[in-house]
Amino acid sequence: MTGAEIIVESLKKEGVEHVFGYPGGAVIPIFHQLFNAPLRFYLARHEQGAVHAADGYARASGRVGVVIATSGPGATNLVTGIATAYMDSVPLVIFTGQVSTEMIGNDAFQEADITGITRPISKHNYLVQNVGDLARIIKESFYIASTGRPGPVVIDVPVDVSKAETKFAYPEHVHLRSYKPVYKGHALQIGKACRLIEEARRPVIYSGGGVISSNASQELREFVEKTGIPITTTLMGMGAYPETDPLSLKMLGMHGTCYANQAVHDSDLLIAIGARFDDRVTGKISEFIPEARVIHIDIDPSSVSKNVQVDIPIVGDCRHVIAEINKSVKAPDIGEWIERLRKLKAENPLTYKDSEAKIKPQYVVERIYALTKGEAIICTEVGQNQMWAAQFFEYTEPRTFISSGGLGTMGFGFPAAIGAQIARPDRRVFDIAGDGSIQMNIQELIVAVQHRLPIVIAILNNGFLGMVRQWQQLFYDKRYSHTCISFAPDFVKLAEAYGAAGIRVEKKGEVDEAIARALSITDRPTVIDFRVDREENVYPMVPAGKTIKDTITMELL
Amino acid sequence: MRHVISVKVENKSGVLARVAGLFSARGYNIDSLAVSQTEQEDVSMMTIVVRGDDRIIEQVKKQLNKLIDVIKVSDHSDYPSVQRELALVKVNAQPAKRPEVYQLARIFGAEIVDISLKTITLELPGEPEKIDNFIELMRPYSIKELIRTGRISMNKE
Repeated sequence: MTGAEIIVESLKKEGVEHVFGYPGGAVIPIFHQLFNAPLRFYLARHEQGAVHAADGYARASGRVGVVIATSGPGATNLVTGIATAYMDSVPLVIFTGQVSTEMIGNDAFQEADITGITRPISKHNYLVQNVGDLARIIKESFYIASTGRPGPVVIDVPVDVSKAETKFAYPEHVHLRSYKPVYKGHALQIGKACRLIEEARRPVIYSGGGVISSNASQELREFVEKTGIPITTTLMGMGAYPETDPLSLKMLGMHGTCYANQAVHDSDLLIAIGARFDDRVTGKISEFIPEARVIHIDIDPSSVSKNVQVDIPIVGDCRHVIAEINKSVKAPDIGEWIERLRKLKAENPLTYKDSEAKIKPQYVVERIYALTKGEAIICTEVGQNQMWAAQFFEYTEPRTFISSGGLGTMGFGFPAAIGAQIARPDRRVFDIAGDGSIQMNIQELIVAVQHRLPIVIAILNNGFLGMVRQWQQLFYDKRYSHTCISFAPDFVKLAEAYGAAGIRVEKKGEVDEAIARALSITDRPTVIDFRVDREENVYPMVPAGKTIKDTITMELL
Repeated sequence: MRHVISVKVENKSGVLARVAGLFSARGYNIDSLAVSQTEQEDVSMMTIVVRGDDRIIEQVKKQLNKLIDVIKVSDHSDYPSVQRELALVKVNAQPAKRPEVYQLARIFGAEIVDISLKTITLELPGEPEKIDNFIELMRPYSIKELIRTGRISMNKE
């Protein structure tokens, strides 16, 4: 069997159904085998689109996303997508072509040292030097990508390796003496955590993406039910616990709710689960949780005590650890605390000044929520659109909010929506976009048209790179340096040129009708160009490196 | 504080780059780095001397452990260990000054490995602190060239 055949056979063995990518010289042997393979292949129009689509597929399905691209520019075009997946711990296996082994290092045509380039942005990578190693490497890659703290793995396959022949035997087991993720939490630590929880008077759960990637939503819900402890989530953790529940404080951090930030600040016990105390969450770290003890549950030991000193570290899989805690934990006495938070929540709701004359972007998100009954899968681009999508939609299920959290990659949302729609044909998928971000990977529109994916791209079009403009307004004397992008394409005509549906909405009264019309179109994507209030800002906002005392709310301005 | 960290790794291409890249990407400073084979053919040992407070050292160890090709990380500051280094020092030594240099070399157990008209080259193995001291004593004679291997370390039984 040739190396190329081995790749296809191995993918079949791994149960892969969908592959994203783009052909090129160094991967022609692989594509030769894909021609008749029982796999769905999605031809992106730029390699970045392929890797984001695989990423969206992985986040929506919980399975490993697979990408194939060629050497040199094909491989380097993947870099942003690989870094995006790495920062958000998304399992991907990425095959890149490489020039033939005897040419490596000679600056050959379309040669790039992609293992060198992706070393700091991938969980692991391989350069296959011998076809005999290929099956083992693929087996290891799927294992490494999907276990422990998940992440992308790159396999660089020289073209002569793809063509070389060997006997194919897909290994049954992985033998890696140096990689053994810990799943079970330490029993003693779990016991200590339970006692700390029972003694707490002002506890808060701070839940992150790890809860979603370990599929621990059910266990988390039981934990909250059993203990009655209020819960806030990170951007990456949204949907793990229903935001419609009274105990949910929604998102915390820079654009989180005032009550989530206040609750965390005032807490005497912070229970961090699968979250990593990112700077967008903590603000000024020295004043983040002045009175709280910290329990930190995470599968990655390097995340524990990295930014915040932890009293009870528990290294392990969130699902295992929470299930263990649930077995013995008793509810603390926190009636007063709950009452205080209930008031705080009632007094400081997420809000915006609605208008009849202008379309408020928050209003658009609220209407998408209402008209989809909250059942849509929401992908976002990055910037204001992302924050409004996080704030004004209530997520009740895991894997329904898909967004580039760690890297903050503009252009992520739409290709990710393609992957999410492929993973979840039973659900409507929206990409809540800005007019800036959507132009970063707009070329993928043709992929959605080709595969009849009924994605709705809701562009909150304000003619600005809005989040940067907001910072310029608030912190840089309103010098809107190069953030005005009102010189823009006609998104409706653009959609139509691609064979998608296009709708422009200029009045508030047209918002519902446009969303309803988009929802009625089920055989192709729809682009809705919402002309929203140009200088609307995202509030509340804790400025970077500041504390909650410095929170900017609408009323303050 | 200075820590001596031993990193047992798979003897594969790219591993050194992975470890070195981790240090540069996260802004940790390497004082010295020595890499060599071990008693096992497929295992290499890296001895890294790194400076930082406890939190940084803790992160360094955790991040190293996270690398797939890293088999074991041990901090030799935690246990008694034997630490050695080798230095080659080329000093300017006109004939009149030679006896002094010879004498210092003998006291430290340094071997003379080369003599020219104007220079003497000395080889000194030993504990890094001893080498530091020796170099200080050689400085007045004007050191023309100095090179050290980087520290290797083995835990005592």
